[in-house]
Amino acid sequence: MRDIRSDFPVLSRKVNGKDLIYLDSGATSQKPLQVIEAVAHFYREANANVHRGLYSLSVEATELYEDARRAVAGLIGADPQEVIFTRGTTESLNLLAYSLGEARVGRGDEILATVMEHHANLVPWQELARRKGARLIAAGITPEGELDLDDLKRKLSPRTKIVAVTHVSNVLGTVNPIPEIAELAHRVGAVLVVDAAQSVPHMPVRVGELGCDFLAFSGHKMLGPTGIGVLWGRRELLEEMPPFLTGGEMIREVWIDRATWNDLPYKFEAGTPPIAQAVGLKAAVDYLRELGLEEICRHEGGLVARALEGLLSRDYVEIYGPRDPSKRSGLIAFNLKGIHPHDVATLLDEEGIAIRAGHHCAQPLHRELGISASCRVSFYLYNTEDEVDAFLMALDRVWGVLGR
Amino acid sequence: MSPYEDLIIDHWRNPRNKGTLPDPDADVTEANVPCGDVVRLQLKVRDGVVEDVRFDGRGCAISMASASLLTEMIKGRGLEELESMKPEEVVEALGGVIKPRLNCALLPYRALRKALDALRGEGSGANPPRRS
Repeated sequence: MRDIRSDFPVLSRKVNGKDLIYLDSGATSQKPLQVIEAVAHFYREANANVHRGLYSLSVEATELYEDARRAVAGLIGADPQEVIFTRGTTESLNLLAYSLGEARVGRGDEILATVMEHHANLVPWQELARRKGARLIAAGITPEGELDLDDLKRKLSPRTKIVAVTHVSNVLGTVNPIPEIAELAHRVGAVLVVDAAQSVPHMPVRVGELGCDFLAFSGHKMLGPTGIGVLWGRRELLEEMPPFLTGGEMIREVWIDRATWNDLPYKFEAGTPPIAQAVGLKAAVDYLRELGLEEICRHEGGLVARALEGLLSRDYVEIYGPRDPSKRSGLIAFNLKGIHPHDVATLLDEEGIAIRAGHHCAQPLHRELGISASCRVSFYLYNTEDEVDAFLMALDRVWGVLGR
Repeated sequence: MSPYEDLIIDHWRNPRNKGTLPDPDADVTEANVPCGDVVRLQLKVRDGVVEDVRFDGRGCAISMASASLLTEMIKGRGLEELESMKPEEVVEALGGVIKPRLNCALLPYRALRKALDALRGEGSGANPPRRS
């Protein structure tokens, strides 16, 4: 991969007097100049509201906003009309829990999730189940940290209306077999919702190949700005669903006591959308596609294999998730025996190394693993093998200070 | 300031007054739920003075070191004096604590406040005050 680090200004800064080593892209990615400039350029040159101005500036802003939709649709192999801009994965999933839940879920029905879900793909379904008198159940994991497909099969039934599964676990790094799950879900007449927050930024994802019905992801984890996310859905399902948020932009005709809805995708985009963020997201998509998602995936695969080997060779480290690097995406959760992850993160921060420590918004999974928290390193296209080595050596120093 | 002064490392490696008391006058548990840190604090009181103290629990080095240090700070001191003890005293004794970790450092202090409440007969988690 070409030298891209100079595209990311923040990577050249110092933290606590040391070169920043950013290993928390799973939480949010850094932004290349191309994205930063696209957002700044929009505000400098083209800022106006979209879909309503009759003047040239608004027409231009609208075109930029819709260009972004087409870029995102192109990235995941979708029809732009089926691409809805939201505030992020969390909002995309809440939209579904309300609108799809309203259309599809009733008393006694079941929603099937997994124990490895991020709270964003769990709590909205809990609330839906509570509102509707439905039941939320979860498929388990194998001792290897992979989804237990047999358990998932056992828990599917004609009562299952929605299956909600993450594409890539944000803790285990496990890549779930979505096409297979889609077939199983569809066999019982359920709709498959996929949380792709940790996959779309890191690997080629085509909705046609996945076979799912909905796909949710965030802009900020894929080099784009915060405040924008995506919900892709099958047209016939989106048509059937009532709107989530109501107000301006999403309506066609309004009377004092009633209103009719706009066409897709606008029916689900109430209020002024994140316009500058969409422009930034397009620049991010262009950047990723220019490098190639296959190439990015290969690069991260090399880093994760190196890190995994280093971690597994240290007997004071315990790792979670598959030990085979070919079964995981570019992140690893681990613990140092007897040491709280917060201590590890604070000591690494002293050396300029940024990692995540905590429950990573996946408390049920941590409970399943029998731990209260973990450390997590997550890699992206700008990380290097030298950074992986520096991290591993710093870990030895942390163990030297606090290990006992 | 390093977040892990020698004092913190020392208390983390060699915790003071760790364990349980057979017949405590106050026995409280306080937790930082999101991080899973738990501190149990037991006090033995005679004539309004902390005669003995033990802590137990699990958590990060800062919370555990802070608990260990706190037991040393309160042993032999009067309850009235402890009532007016400020959280800053603990932070200072630790040699300072970086902001994101203040919550860890003050977990044992919160346990102490709970114990004092219990000894006054307020709150829960303690044996009822005994008459002597």
